[in-house]
Amino acid sequence: MNALSVQNLHVKINESHILHGVSFEVPSHSVTALLGRNGVGKSTTLKAIMGLYPSEGSISLNGESIANKLTYKIAQSGVAYVPEDREIFASLTVKENITLATRDDSDTARQELIYTLFPELVSRSAQRAGTLSGGQQQMVAIARALVNRNEILLIDEPTKGLAPKLVTEVADALGRVAGETTMLLVEQNLPLVKRIAQHIIVMDQGRIVFQGDPEYLHDPEWVHTMLGVSGAHK
Amino acid sequence: MDTFLLIGITGIGLGALYFLVASGLSLIYGLMGVLNFAHGSFLTVGAFFGLWFSTQVVHVSNTWTFIGAMLIGGVSAGLFALLVERVVITKLYERHIDQALVTVGIALVVGAVLAGWFGNDLRLLPTPPWFINTVNIGSAHIPVDRFLYIAVAVILLISNIALLRFTRIGLIIRAGVENRRMVTALGINVRLAFSTVFFLGGFAAGVGGVLVSAYSNGVSPLIAGTYLIYGFIVVVIGGMGSVPGSFLAAMIIGVIKQYANYYSPGLGDFVVVFLLAGVLLVRPQGLLGKVKA
Repeated sequence: MNALSVQNLHVKINESHILHGVSFEVPSHSVTALLGRNGVGKSTTLKAIMGLYPSEGSISLNGESIANKLTYKIAQSGVAYVPEDREIFASLTVKENITLATRDDSDTARQELIYTLFPELVSRSAQRAGTLSGGQQQMVAIARALVNRNEILLIDEPTKGLAPKLVTEVADALGRVAGETTMLLVEQNLPLVKRIAQHIIVMDQGRIVFQGDPEYLHDPEWVHTMLGVSGAHK
Repeated sequence: MDTFLLIGITGIGLGALYFLVASGLSLIYGLMGVLNFAHGSFLTVGAFFGLWFSTQVVHVSNTWTFIGAMLIGGVSAGLFALLVERVVITKLYERHIDQALVTVGIALVVGAVLAGWFGNDLRLLPTPPWFINTVNIGSAHIPVDRFLYIAVAVILLISNIALLRFTRIGLIIRAGVENRRMVTALGINVRLAFSTVFFLGGFAAGVGGVLVSAYSNGVSPLIAGTYLIYGFIVVVIGGMGSVPGSFLAAMIIGVIKQYANYYSPGLGDFVVVFLLAGVLLVRPQGLLGKVKA
């Protein structure tokens, strides 16, 4: 059963044709990693799914079309989004950031989950999110997405720019929820992808060029050819 | 000293009127990035509905009538603002030039319709008998109406802060000022927050319209002009989107203008523009505004 199905997705921004008929599916209760060099359209794909960019083509969530719906309706239908630059609300406190995102106050299990995953957020709940470190801000961004029971989590480069210790912490948290959450993960950090992804999709120049098993990531030559990075020590 | 005190309190009273216009402008621009030149027409509509209530619905001039006129003026202006937002502004988000052109057009149309209907002459707005009283502070005789303007502005400030700090819609508005796109990505219909802000901005302008009319001894389609200009100056000096900033800036401007006009008649407007230029050069984000990332 696929949670998300994207078929023949095209995105044009200011006369630039960014996505050229992208098609893929994300199976339920699994992690699918969207890989590729910088600028190939991975983040654009997530934004188009979220309705943040106008697009052509079909996008369906559990069989229901969400293409070109308003962004807030797409989110309400169960699509959570963690953007590349975190986009936490800097002037709000940690608690306010999470409260704002919470759609069901009575779901205390979800609140417990996020504070179990990121215990540091408990002691920082009254702190303004703009004063947090990059890693802590990423925790807030992920907590904001996990505080609701969503159908799928779209997460864009969650470990980008983080110190190694924080990369481990964020990776651990994603690893813990990976089993129960459907996730479409854009990530350059291949060890994290190898650890939690069950499917990989590779994009190049706005097109899907590979879909398959993450086992390929263990082949340095394949990694070098497909992703343009050294895979020797990954 | 008595004159100094009198001018100071009168200046604060004038600042209170500026704040009533500026608070809505500040929120509307801060949250939605809408350059709303029709805001003055909200003030005028509120003033005329307040006049209608005071002269056509009730025929006595007392405190309750005046409070009623303020509420009717506020609600009518709020509903008019909501209508403008729903019918016109909603189609023009992110289109600043179109917003400016259309809202200037609305202001001109509203002014022309009211002028055609009522004429441009001042129409006396009934006020409670105590409006002409003075209060003695030391040996200074302070007109009592100034304290009413200040009280209404303070109530509005506290209400705004309470709404923004302690309610969910306030949380959405504060987040929306910062990053509207991300608010929608969290599943929140930010349009509802936009409409609320337009209504509240219109309400404040409408209440301000009734008080400006009382201060100016009458209602006319032309009363909004100067106040709208000062409202924009207050918003820029106070910081876009900051209601406390608008309050602070309004008080500073009101007081400085009154003192300047007293010690050198006609100098008030120049000093305020000079202050505006100084703030833009030294602190472009305004006194309590935040630098946009």
